[in-house]
Amino acid sequence: MAHHLFLPLIVPLLSASVATIIVRQHGWVRVIAVAATLFNLGYGAWLLVTIAATGRQVTQAAGWSAPFGITLVADGLSAIMLVLTALLTLVTIGYSFATVDARQERFYYYPLLLLLLFGCSGAFLTGDLFNLYVWFEILLVASFGLITLGGSRGQLEGGLKYVVLNLFGSICFLVGAGLLYGVAGTLNMAHLAERLSTIQDASLVTAVAGFFLVAFGSKAGLAPLFFWLPTSYHTPNIAVTALFGGLLTKVGIYALYRVFGTVFQSELARLAPLILVVAGVTMVVGVIGAMAQVNVRRILAFHIVSQVGYMAMGLGLVSVAGMTAGILFMAHNIVVKTALFLIGGAAEHLTGTGELKQMGGMARREPMLALLWLLASFALVGVPPLTGFFGKLGLIQAGLAQEQWLIVGVAATVSLFTLFSMLKIWNEVFWKKAYSDLSAMPRAGVGLLAPAAVLVAVSIAMGIGAAPTLEYSALAAEQVFDTASLVRDVCGPNGCEAVELAVGH
Amino acid sequence: MTLILSLVVGTLFAGGIYLMLRRSVVKLILGLVLLSHGANLLLFLMGDGLIKARPPFVKPEAGVAPPDSADPLIQALILTAIVISFGLLTFVMALAYRADQAVESDDLDAMTSTDRL
Amino acid sequence: MYDSIILRTVARLMLPILLLLSLFMLVRGHNLPGGGFIGGLLAASAFILQIIAYGPVHVRRIIPVNFLGLAAVGVIFAAVWGLIGLVTGQAYMLAFWLKEPIPGIGKLGTPVLFDIGVYLTVIGVTTQLALVLAEEPILYPLRRRPVSADRVAPEA
Repeated sequence: MAHHLFLPLIVPLLSASVATIIVRQHGWVRVIAVAATLFNLGYGAWLLVTIAATGRQVTQAAGWSAPFGITLVADGLSAIMLVLTALLTLVTIGYSFATVDARQERFYYYPLLLLLLFGCSGAFLTGDLFNLYVWFEILLVASFGLITLGGSRGQLEGGLKYVVLNLFGSICFLVGAGLLYGVAGTLNMAHLAERLSTIQDASLVTAVAGFFLVAFGSKAGLAPLFFWLPTSYHTPNIAVTALFGGLLTKVGIYALYRVFGTVFQSELARLAPLILVVAGVTMVVGVIGAMAQVNVRRILAFHIVSQVGYMAMGLGLVSVAGMTAGILFMAHNIVVKTALFLIGGAAEHLTGTGELKQMGGMARREPMLALLWLLASFALVGVPPLTGFFGKLGLIQAGLAQEQWLIVGVAATVSLFTLFSMLKIWNEVFWKKAYSDLSAMPRAGVGLLAPAAVLVAVSIAMGIGAAPTLEYSALAAEQVFDTASLVRDVCGPNGCEAVELAVGH
Repeated sequence: MTLILSLVVGTLFAGGIYLMLRRSVVKLILGLVLLSHGANLLLFLMGDGLIKARPPFVKPEAGVAPPDSADPLIQALILTAIVISFGLLTFVMALAYRADQAVESDDLDAMTSTDRL
Repeated sequence: MYDSIILRTVARLMLPILLLLSLFMLVRGHNLPGGGFIGGLLAASAFILQIIAYGPVHVRRIIPVNFLGLAAVGVIFAAVWGLIGLVTGQAYMLAFWLKEPIPGIGKLGTPVLFDIGVYLTVIGVTTQLALVLAEEPILYPLRRRPVSADRVAPEA
């Protein structure tokens, strides 16, 4: 039993509580926030190594044996997401020191960030569908607070749509979980995987899987359900936008991978054509939406939608190769997307506007920022030595291997359009002559540059060390699909049914 | 009883979705309230059939719950879901109030400033 | 806030009764219906009754507690007792009981302490929600009479 799995949950929870109590002492709150996030980062890194060495880690709360108790399971995918979440939160906190004012700090900015870290970490570690619902709600509550913090008109309008559509997604999730309990009589993922493979009446299971597809699809921002994203993501603080843009949609994708890869394996094959169509439409709609926009953060927000499509494609290919590439692409995208938001946001912070028409001349004024933008945008587009290339290459290879020509064509074409959007921002913000006199503009300090530089460095390191990253993604993908060993790890060698029967008599 | 409750769930969902499609923010929130009630009732229906007046209490000398008692897990799930929807809906109400102040209208069609180019 | 003498009198009488009942529910909760959650809701309803009868400004004055801070204290209090299991190399939230029951109180263990944390959290969160919702129209009054959107004819 790996009881230490509770640590990355307890530490953010306790530090969020302490930070809530002493919220007026800004210095201490910052120290607490950084310390808790650093702990999670270190723990996540240690977990990555441990899982590579000894395999899946499992623990039960209060010693109640699975499938009855609260189960925490960490496999390769969980560990990757845990590390990236902590890294992103840490970078965002660093960026917030330079950009968030004292008034917002007093309105529980850092406690909410820690609560978001708590919710995300829980969602990545849980081994139970209903607990996944609860973790989703926790991270949603934190995100609701963060997205409306400040209370400008745009935030309230965008926030209302964000909140209502996400609540609708949550209700779909709850209905799905309820129906699944009615069908299968359990909500433990390992037990479900064991039981759903023996169930006779598959039609109801397909309906339940549809509910989960809608619920997670709306959280991830898949094609017909993404409208809350571009309307709200450009309204809050830059740091909050960056964190959300990197992280929150990917929690939805993580849930899709986990639930469809492990629990609904038989349904996945049936729903795969639908998922591929949705993935293709998402890519195209996102990238076309971005082309119409003339605001830095809005363009990037539409690109989130477009790239979520690639990750859904990794699931829709229903193969270890596809899932491997999907996980790699997701890890790359989390890092690079946040970096892009931080750099574009820094330009916005300095010039005081995010409208492309009123910006310009940043390359001459802030060469460091421009260089970071170039590296990050090339990584996003997928220029060879950088990370995005390997993810997209893997997805296209996996698609070709299964002769899914259409989705491969769409994925390759959308890449070109992504390049177009990135060049548009480059031209307008950095390259063209300054719209107004920039000499009065403040210089970008270390506080603005360092967070983005850290993420760009991580992205480059992931590109240079592509072989180990790819290997780890493959390990993670295999673990997602390997339900037999999941059941063994969670419920013991005889499986969950045997445990339940033994207790019943 | 199961049939009646199923009809109630269906009615709640239908009413909730109808209200959510109106233009008023207040009706949108009422729609969300109805939907979450529908979801909670649906959870309630999903136990081992509806069992009246046999709570899953364990007598100390017996050690296990009587075999035909109600499903305790489903009740725990509903309680959790109710608490969560209670918290979230209060947040939505406060948010709608502030949005109403900023926009000076509760018409959803007036809240499009973040969508326009 | 309702300016009603009946409501105010009842609210004043009910405050100690509801608080006592909430403590009773909290203490009996481990083996009988009740517990920290129900107890917390009862105590919060006592405060909410005060808010309805006397208004949030008065309640803030007579109960000068930071309710959000109280909720955070409750979370910490509930979470730390689970750590005993973790530091002794066992499962998180594993229950530990005193061997001998304390006279007058009964058996004492970490689940009871956990329940007290839940009790504080529920009081804190629920009362804070009610206070904030009640204060909103006082702090930020609406600038116009609310008109439902459905009554306004769509622009042709």
